[in-house]
Amino acid sequence: MAEPLLQLDGVVAGYGRGDILRGLDLALEDGTVTCLVGPNGAGKSTVLKVLSGLLSARQGRVVFAGDDVTRLSPAQLLGRGIVHVAQDRSLFPLMTVWDNLLMGGHVLSDRALVRRRADAIAERFELVRERRDERAGELSGGQQKLVEIARALMLEPKLILLDEPTMGLDPKARHLIFELVGEVNEEGRTVLLVEQNARAGLAIAHHGAVLDTGRVALTGRGSELLEDPRVAELYLGGAAAA
Amino acid sequence: MTRNGLLRGGAFVAAGIAFPLLFNAAWLVNIGILTLMYAALAVSWNLFSGFTGYITLGQVAFFGLGAYSLGITFEHFGIGSGYNPFYVLPIVGACVAFASLPVAWIALRTRAMTFAIVTLTLLFIVQQLAFNLHSLTHGSSGLMLPTPTTFGVDNYDRPFYYAMLGLVLLALLICWGILRSKLGLMLLSIREDEEKARGLGIRVTGTKLVAWWLHVFVTAMVGGVWAYYLTFIYPESSVDPLVMIGAVLMTFLGGRGTLWGPVVGALVLVPAQQYMLIHLGGSQLYLVGYAAVFMVVLLVLPRGIIPSIRDGVVRTRERQRTRGGAAKAAV
Repeated sequence: MAEPLLQLDGVVAGYGRGDILRGLDLALEDGTVTCLVGPNGAGKSTVLKVLSGLLSARQGRVVFAGDDVTRLSPAQLLGRGIVHVAQDRSLFPLMTVWDNLLMGGHVLSDRALVRRRADAIAERFELVRERRDERAGELSGGQQKLVEIARALMLEPKLILLDEPTMGLDPKARHLIFELVGEVNEEGRTVLLVEQNARAGLAIAHHGAVLDTGRVALTGRGSELLEDPRVAELYLGGAAAA
Repeated sequence: MTRNGLLRGGAFVAAGIAFPLLFNAAWLVNIGILTLMYAALAVSWNLFSGFTGYITLGQVAFFGLGAYSLGITFEHFGIGSGYNPFYVLPIVGACVAFASLPVAWIALRTRAMTFAIVTLTLLFIVQQLAFNLHSLTHGSSGLMLPTPTTFGVDNYDRPFYYAMLGLVLLALLICWGILRSKLGLMLLSIREDEEKARGLGIRVTGTKLVAWWLHVFVTAMVGGVWAYYLTFIYPESSVDPLVMIGAVLMTFLGGRGTLWGPVVGALVLVPAQQYMLIHLGGSQLYLVGYAAVFMVVLLVLPRGIIPSIRDGVVRTRERQRTRGGAAKAAV
């Protein structure tokens, strides 16, 4: 494997007195989609929070594009090109779709650049174009998630962290989201995906990592993990994919 | 600024300037000063609490600090009389605002009701300081400020009226600028969800402190003008919880988080309160009437006057559009 874009070495992190991540090691290859799977409480979302600076690592090191970014704030990490699309609905429901989009470029000081990027995104996403003046809370769950990902693209990120982007969505919306993840990746962006629907997540991922009690228990190509009977039995709820 | 916005602003300024020239009875100008004072306080309260969602109940502490700061400046630095004290007001406002930052930094570590209670305690702390720092405040005996003799008897109230009008306009301009700036988006995102805002890289504490500083800056200047107008301040009058409650009620009445809501709230409530005070003051029934006005408006327009009117306009337009669409389909 070439020099990884992101590397986590022995990361320990948690909430209160408890540790959720207990010495996690993980590496992401540039320009790939990696899917994290594992049971509830394994620490999948916690990994993303550490990477986006919302939670500080107690021990260990996070290296991004060759630089140690372990202690950087969320704003600094956004500036480096790491964008987090959170698990919950993360749009501001009372603000318009357009204002939500502009918030995505908040860390950029050049307002003209923010405006140009917002225009480019509106050009790309019909939904943003047509509903720009409506309150974000009036969109459906799938539409909100699309706008969240569109907002994440405002910073033209190198790494996008997607936390369960299809949770609670209908099959059509899920399909649209996975399609968008593929498009974003084809543009050369690295994606770290946490997905409740592990089969679907691994199916679109180049690599997969199975987390268990705060450590990486198993890594491999997405297709390999899908076919691994141990993974299927323990984490995919049944027999391996045919 | 939109054409309608310019018209609204222009009409307000024109009406504000013309009022004491058209109605020069002292009691009417006095009500005008009181209305503008509450409008300025409500707009500045809205600037922080309306935009961030953090309900502060300690605003009047900074009103009192502004009043005492101007009074103490008179006594110890001899800033003269006439218009001179008005020129000192920005310095008073800035000093009080900077002094409030450490307190705000601590208070803003709490949220929701805890924040409201923490800020409420500020009010009592400042009141107790005013009672007990005799060498500065003269305690319960109160602090005398020189009466400006240059204003003349007939138009004595006018400079104070225009000073208050200037402060309302300043507060409105600040809010207008904020609502159209990146700072406005940052504050509104904090109001909606602070964690989400943090996730987008917003430095939430710094942003809240900027809004805090601005609201204290305006509030302290309003306190300074009020003190100079009354020429006598004492702890109960300058740190009066009822002043703060009034400003908060007016903001909710007019529409929290809107530009003109607090002004509309003040324009409705202060004259109503004064009218009832004049006619029912002896029996204290005016307080019942005052509460009744507020309850009626809230029952009819629960989100406040401006948002309710705005919603009504949107609903009417949608209805018209739907009817228009149905008519076209029928054709």
